[in-house]
Amino acid sequence: MDDMTDATASGQARTVRVTGPLLEADGVPDVAMGEILHVGPDRISAEVVAVQGGRATLQAYEYTGGIRAGEHAAPSGRPLTGLFGPGLLGSAFDGLMRPLTSAPVWLSPDRPLHTAEGADARRWHFEPRVVTGDEVSEGDVLGVVPDSGAVEHRVMVPAGTHGRVEWIAEAGETGALDRVATVAGTDVHLSDHWPIRRPRPFRERLSDPVPLHTGQRVLDLFFPVARGAAAAVSGGFGTGKTMLLQQIAKWCDADVIVYVGCGERGNEMADVLDDFAQLADERTGGRLVDRTVVVANTSNMPMMARELSIYTGISIAEFYRDMGHDAVVIADSTSRWAEALREFANRRGDLPAEEGFPADLSSQLAAFYERAGRVTTLGGQDASVTVIGAVSPPGGDMSEPVTTITQRFVRAMWMLDRDLAYARHYPAVQWSGSFARDTAGLARWQTVRGDPEWSVRRATALEVLAEADRLASLAEVIGVNSLPSRERMVVLGGRLLREAVLAQNALHPHDATCSDEKGAALLDTVLEVIDACHAAIDRGATATAVERLDFGPVIRAAQAAGRDDSATIATIREQALDELGRLP
Amino acid sequence: MSELRDREPHASALPGARVSHRDIRAIRGPLLTVGGVEGVGWDESVEVETPDGLRHGLVLDVDSDQATVQVFEGTEGLTSGAIDVRFDGRPLHIEVGTGWLGRVCNGRGAPLDGGPPITGDRLAPVAGWPLNPVEREPPHEPVLTGVSVIDALTTLVRGQKLPIFSVAGLPHLALATQIAAQATSAGSSFMVVFAAMGLPHADIAYVRDRLEARTASGELVLLLNAADDPAIERILTPRLALTVAEHLAFEQGADVLVIMSDMTSYAEAVREVSAARREIPARRGYPGYLYSDLAGLYERCGRVRGRDGSVTVVPVLTMPAGDITHPVPDLTGYITEGQVVLSPEIASRGVYPPVDTLSSLSRLMRLGAGKDHTRDDHLDVSAQVLAALAHARQSAALAELVGASALGETDRAYLTYRDTVEQRLLHQGQGETRTLDDTLDRAWAALGVLPRQELTMVSPEMIARRLPGEDAGVRDG
Ligand SMILES: Nc1ncnc2c1ncn2[C@@H]1O[C@H](COP(=O)(O)OP(=O)(O)OP(=O)(O)O)[C@@H](O)[C@H]1O
Ligand SMILES: [Mg+2]
Repeated sequence: MDDMTDATASGQARTVRVTGPLLEADGVPDVAMGEILHVGPDRISAEVVAVQGGRATLQAYEYTGGIRAGEHAAPSGRPLTGLFGPGLLGSAFDGLMRPLTSAPVWLSPDRPLHTAEGADARRWHFEPRVVTGDEVSEGDVLGVVPDSGAVEHRVMVPAGTHGRVEWIAEAGETGALDRVATVAGTDVHLSDHWPIRRPRPFRERLSDPVPLHTGQRVLDLFFPVARGAAAAVSGGFGTGKTMLLQQIAKWCDADVIVYVGCGERGNEMADVLDDFAQLADERTGGRLVDRTVVVANTSNMPMMARELSIYTGISIAEFYRDMGHDAVVIADSTSRWAEALREFANRRGDLPAEEGFPADLSSQLAAFYERAGRVTTLGGQDASVTVIGAVSPPGGDMSEPVTTITQRFVRAMWMLDRDLAYARHYPAVQWSGSFARDTAGLARWQTVRGDPEWSVRRATALEVLAEADRLASLAEVIGVNSLPSRERMVVLGGRLLREAVLAQNALHPHDATCSDEKGAALLDTVLEVIDACHAAIDRGATATAVERLDFGPVIRAAQAAGRDDSATIATIREQALDELGRLP
Repeated sequence: MSELRDREPHASALPGARVSHRDIRAIRGPLLTVGGVEGVGWDESVEVETPDGLRHGLVLDVDSDQATVQVFEGTEGLTSGAIDVRFDGRPLHIEVGTGWLGRVCNGRGAPLDGGPPITGDRLAPVAGWPLNPVEREPPHEPVLTGVSVIDALTTLVRGQKLPIFSVAGLPHLALATQIAAQATSAGSSFMVVFAAMGLPHADIAYVRDRLEARTASGELVLLLNAADDPAIERILTPRLALTVAEHLAFEQGADVLVIMSDMTSYAEAVREVSAARREIPARRGYPGYLYSDLAGLYERCGRVRGRDGSVTVVPVLTMPAGDITHPVPDLTGYITEGQVVLSPEIASRGVYPPVDTLSSLSRLMRLGAGKDHTRDDHLDVSAQVLAALAHARQSAALAELVGASALGETDRAYLTYRDTVEQRLLHQGQGETRTLDDTLDRAWAALGVLPRQELTMVSPEMIARRLPGEDAGVRDG
């Protein structure tokens, strides 16, 4: 291949190998790990993942069909960056953070828009918050951009910059890429490029747990997640991971939602975009979509861009964290990301560890989940990035590598159960296999906030559930009627807890989300009813007589009572206790 | 706006793009390694001239002057001295257009019906391009199959992907064919593309026969790869089917149903290539990229904003040893929007189609059924039928433990109910098309055998209106 030797001699990088998303290029001048090269006539983006001698291994972010040996590979001089500025909220991006809203219907590699630069045409209204001569330091607010979403968009002094404001733009229209200030010789622009894989700096981590209210009873009452923590939901196909994540996205009390569809379905993304655009947002009075950023790299989009989509999502969340907001990243599904890592490692010929996954899978997962955190920002604000990922274990096998590794690095793990899902018990969160590591700290927070009973209630209910499960398997063998009365009350109690508290109807207007107060009232009601059942037995009532009572109103209480309607729940409780009290 | 984008070969295409190559460096399994090549692109389509005819392939790996080619017809009988390899200069394209309608072809798209080769309006790449998620229209209208159990309980929605999971020996092909023969939608035209992969000749004859009417009226495309046809060709068959379907749907405005049977044979072909490449397998010898590979097919279903037409995909697959955790059903379930599961146990009670209603689910049903889509009572009655079937299953388990005679009155009613549902609603002739009204009325009739207080998921008003023999009221249990 004579022309290739020529190319090498003249210092031009050329591809020598192409196999799917893996490219190898020869004659590569000084490139950095992580640098982007533009390959072939369509100038598709490929990232340098290994360099040896003059040969570089590249990970391509587009379909490589038609790419040949001998194709030109032009170094870009920079790593993969995204454009961070106003205009993210309410928009959808692909894994490389290119806007999808302005992309064509069919995403071929030769599509016109290769970078986020298309966003630069927009004009924004800027309002300064400092005047020339002010002394500022990193993380201070220089100005804001109203009308760029439902949360305040703040333009900050960049990391490492301190000193005098030498120039600040006047209130008025500005282009997305325009300079808005100069601080101590450093120009600050309305939007900036940031390398997607690099965590954004903050001052320090905060460790005292503060809950993220999810609105899902089984989570808030039993397996809560703290702001800035990492949590994962794991379960076989159809067990309800996506529904649960969407419920959290819709109802949790964070300021900004970043929804990453990583190697999942296109129809689901269309659904999220439609749904969030329609959903009235109680926190802001606007629509939910106005404080949501969607990153969509569906399963049929280029595989390695899927790997990147996770980082794009978390970088966007950190961008809002740095403004002082609480952000949540939803990643559905991290297993597809891990599969992309595996695919590439295998093509590269790396020695595989378990099930073909690369040996560094656990350090990569750990590094990703470590980007979650509640922090003091550079500007001194309390802000957070909470990461909630889905895990899709092959065959529903919870001992597979991605699930077991994830378990080690997350603070809360919600295990979904196929049997519960088949029985249409949603959310199908197992009470036996799930865990939350921050319960003690969160219980202290609840105590300070006026609910000292939180952890007692939780422990009592979990105990009843565990004993009911044990007895249920016994009852399957000998029939429930052969159990002693006390045990039959435990089985009944388990059923009430499951149906009245744990199950939650995502589609019911009253039940889609649940406040802390309503959740506590429901759980208290059921626990009191269970106590009353035992008391009735102790007074000599038969188990059958108790079981025959109509517990329907208790089970439907969550739907009967509105969001802040404690009166209805109280009435239902009184009635149920009254009926039980009348048993001999 | 260019439609399904068509990538022309590079302007800089080397003049040698169609030269013959004879430097065969290795032949292994379905793979051929050709040396001395220049300017060959990855995924490029290839022709292999042999003494006994033309074979076809795709480039899997380009390494300097060497290309590894996967040969669809296999490498059997190839001798390195006697073949010529030519590269097409671009990934595989086919002609798309209405010319496919009414035709019967093999798994590579070559006519089997004695007609001329198929020509179309233009070329389209068989790999397809991903649909921009922002341009997707969420599905919301039903495809009516005329099969009660599907229409009533797991409604198929235009633009959905809903697989049939089965076990060898069950009538999944009969069900898929029945759906292909009967399905309709409210759209302007309805078409079916049936892709058979690795089916025995008897099955192929059955499919052709049953779908005769649709072929005759020019609504059907048949792509047939038989069990004794080249195995690797199966990798191509569903891609052709989807490429043809996308054109009919998004450019001609038709509602297109694509049936792909049997996806297990397809996946085995993918595994065979992977093994020949000595790739590291993930589970049970299947490559780690099987999820993405299958997603690249199934995700081609859907609807496009602002356009008529839809692609609905029904893959059919047999679960080896009935194991739903096997990689093929498992990965399929992770991509599709629900599943229809057939069960040997229900088949043994003489029910056709033997759908296990409790493990089946159409995830998009609530978007495509009910008020404004089908009938106002549809979602409630189907939820009630399923909840009662779940109860009936417990009653049946209890009956096995203590004997049917020891059951309470309610449990006995549930056992009767199950039989009634199976006989009146589920069971149906293989050539019988039922209207949705008929189907839902049958569901109500079955619910009628239950004590009235058991019907907690349907409103009293609906009961009064729909439950047979319900005269304003009182029934005793
Ligand atoms: N909270 C819920 N309320 C009502 N229905 C639910 C709920 N959760 C799940 N479902 C039902 O289960 C179906 C599957 O749920 P979902 O799409 O969330 O599964 P998943 O675990 O994400 O599956 P996959 O891994 O295949 O993506 C839904 O379409 C819906 O019918
Ligand atoms: Mg999901």
